[in-house]
Amino acid sequence: MRDKLLHTVLPVVTGIWLAGAIVAAFMAVPPISGLGELGRIAWFHIPSAWVSVLAFAVATVNSIIYLARRGIEADDRAVAAAGLGLLFALIATISGAFWARRAWGVFWNWDPREASIVILLLLYGAYFALRAAIDDERRRGVLAAAYNIAAFITVPYLVFVVPRVMESLHPDPVVNADGSGGMAGDMMGVLILTTIGFTLLFLWIFSIAVRYIRLRREVLHGGAL
Amino acid sequence: MSNSVSERDSGTVSPAAEPPAGGLAAAARAVLIKDLRCELRTGSALLTIFLFAIVTLTVVSWGIGGRILEPVVQASLLWTVIYFASSVGLARTFVREEETGTILVLHLTAEPLAVLAGKMLFNLLLMLALTVLITPLFLALLSVSVGAPGVFLLLLAFGVIGLAAISTLVAVIIARAHLKGPLFGVLAFPILLPVLLIAVRGTEQALGGAPLAEVSGYLTGLAGFAGAAITVSFLLFPPIWEG
Repeated sequence: MRDKLLHTVLPVVTGIWLAGAIVAAFMAVPPISGLGELGRIAWFHIPSAWVSVLAFAVATVNSIIYLARRGIEADDRAVAAAGLGLLFALIATISGAFWARRAWGVFWNWDPREASIVILLLLYGAYFALRAAIDDERRRGVLAAAYNIAAFITVPYLVFVVPRVMESLHPDPVVNADGSGGMAGDMMGVLILTTIGFTLLFLWIFSIAVRYIRLRREVLHGGAL
Repeated sequence: MSNSVSERDSGTVSPAAEPPAGGLAAAARAVLIKDLRCELRTGSALLTIFLFAIVTLTVVSWGIGGRILEPVVQASLLWTVIYFASSVGLARTFVREEETGTILVLHLTAEPLAVLAGKMLFNLLLMLALTVLITPLFLALLSVSVGAPGVFLLLLAFGVIGLAAISTLVAVIIARAHLKGPLFGVLAFPILLPVLLIAVRGTEQALGGAPLAEVSGYLTGLAGFAGAAITVSFLLFPPIWEG
């Protein structure tokens, strides 16, 4: 039942939802003032950044589960999520650089969020470098999980400290209580549409990636688990 | 390892099966003393990182050639020298045990947390020794004037504690993965980036003569990182050590 939901219903829902969200992002809202059509990057950039954070959180939770219970499935999920997190972080970085070029005149200026995403890219790049260097499956799982959890202590610093130490050009957090300095309502609606769409997309690719990792291991070890 | 050392170890280290409260501290002290004794006999780790720091400092000082730099550049260079020196030397503590095969003896004779505590203290002493040696040279060679010496020293001490804690954890990961050198910098650097950023900004303020009250945010940031790093290390060490 769960598999059927994942492999048949989820892709269809994701496809329809994302198609609608993309159409809405281009048709339902006017260009952001001063940025022209390039401003529409935001409707895809912000969801990518959100999905990368979600994916890294999923990876960390599964690393903790792996260290606690040592089931190889948790390690599979951690790897799949970390890989997707890296992919979406790259998409967010590149799309953000084009936005920055248009809005602020430079591709890169060490804004706190830019600094944070560079740290995340380096952390998970190191995570995969560590995995690639270890042959033994169990040891690879344990050491990579430990590294992933240790890396988590940087998170409060990325969220609270780095923004205070560095100057920011990023727009204010778009969700604020009184709505001042936030987004126009219809734009917020589009952002919510694309964010849900990207989250569904992540869940779908994640389920495929986990299956792929499991099947590859079964083939490589020449037998069922 | 000489007879006297092994006798001392077998006398003070409690077996892993029964961990009494006093036993952990005694075992950690035994690991620390063992490492200090190895270090005093060969001098390899301190000499390596000290010479590496000197070389880096010489390259920088040579290139600058007597010009006076901005405080932010001075602070960045100081932490660059300290970070790279640590990345050369601190992985040695566990990698050496793996290379010589003595890691098995450690497994048999000492509790995991005692091993970690001993090794972390050793790395901390190593880094403090390096900082004490290299900082005066740095100040002299680059003609740096320190506006608030007390704050400057506090920042150095807190920063080095976080550096030593994370380096020790990454060192054991490297050793258990049978890896040597290059990956250490790759693994340690991203985790240490926030602490380096805070340390550089705080040091910049201290060089400019900011009073303690203005720099206290940086100090608590560094202290918090050091505390988190030590806590996470103690939580993660047992599975790494046994897995």
